[in-house]
Amino acid sequence: MKRFEKKLWLGLFIMALLSPLGIILPDKFGAEDAWGEWDIDTLEKLLGYVPEGLKKTADIWAAPIPDYNFGGEGALLSVKIFSYIVSGLIGIILASLVIVVISKLLFKNEK
Amino acid sequence: MHIPDGYLSPQTYIPLYGVSIAFWGIALKNIKKEVSAKQIPYLAMAAAFSFLVQMFNVPIPGGTTGHAVGAGIIALLLGPWTAVVAVSVVLIIQAFVFGDGGITAIGANCFNMAIVMPFVAFWTFNIMKGSSQGGPRFITAAFLSGYIGLTAAALSAALMFGIQPLIASGPDGRPLYAPYPLSIAIPAMAIEHLLLFSIIEGVVTVMLMRYFLKHEPTLIYSMRKVSCEKV
Repeated sequence: MKRFEKKLWLGLFIMALLSPLGIILPDKFGAEDAWGEWDIDTLEKLLGYVPEGLKKTADIWAAPIPDYNFGGEGALLSVKIFSYIVSGLIGIILASLVIVVISKLLFKNEK
Repeated sequence: MHIPDGYLSPQTYIPLYGVSIAFWGIALKNIKKEVSAKQIPYLAMAAAFSFLVQMFNVPIPGGTTGHAVGAGIIALLLGPWTAVVAVSVVLIIQAFVFGDGGITAIGANCFNMAIVMPFVAFWTFNIMKGSSQGGPRFITAAFLSGYIGLTAAALSAALMFGIQPLIASGPDGRPLYAPYPLSIAIPAMAIEHLLLFSIIEGVVTVMLMRYFLKHEPTLIYSMRKVSCEKV
């Protein structure tokens, strides 16, 4: 691997270690969900009701690591931070793997 | 900007799946032409970078959060078609593994962040930089490409949210899906992006562009094109 590539991978690894800033800062500044990404309970509070169609499809998929967090919603911040870093590392691995698989299929006739 | 399940009517998310699938097909064909097998590690790094940069949620104190996407700088460094694939891969992983963005909304989210954003960023950069190959004009173009690219993606998402009450409401007149009309969705998404999130996207774009310009300028897709045309 070229030195430059190594440096970039290291940079990505450091990003994963720093990623918990992305939950700590919103927590400190009392910022909540992104606009339009409220869950059903929050919507009920905002609107006083939950739109019918939305209610039916909102929970169509149960993600294995919802919200990049292993500990559930009530987890301690330390658990959330740990989960977030692990999620970042999983993200690096999964994203790279999928790209490599796609590329292998795409370039299978080249060396 | 990751639209969750339930917020879009099938009349919206099904056609958007179609559009995104068509773009993926064209993107893969173009990547095969433009990209060499040697560049695969950079494609992987681009996808990993987009995943990670999206984890850095930035708060508006007492308000909402948002984040950069990285689709603009990927389009500048590796080409817009590569960005389509790299960012789509990320959005699909986020939806299935982390519940970030809906499964039904994958087409819509890819349209906003993996299609609208990289192309708007790429065009903005090419128009703004003119023939500059560095210097203040080049750097300003890089900032604006990220800034306008993310804002365009946010507006596209706001449009999708905002048309839902027009498309479907129940017998009681209440909206069936995303509840807020265009008159709320567009200003809400536009303002938070114009004032904060898109600035961060612009800064990230500039930082990486400067880094590549200094260390590995021959890699930069949007400069390679220029030098090819000159030859």
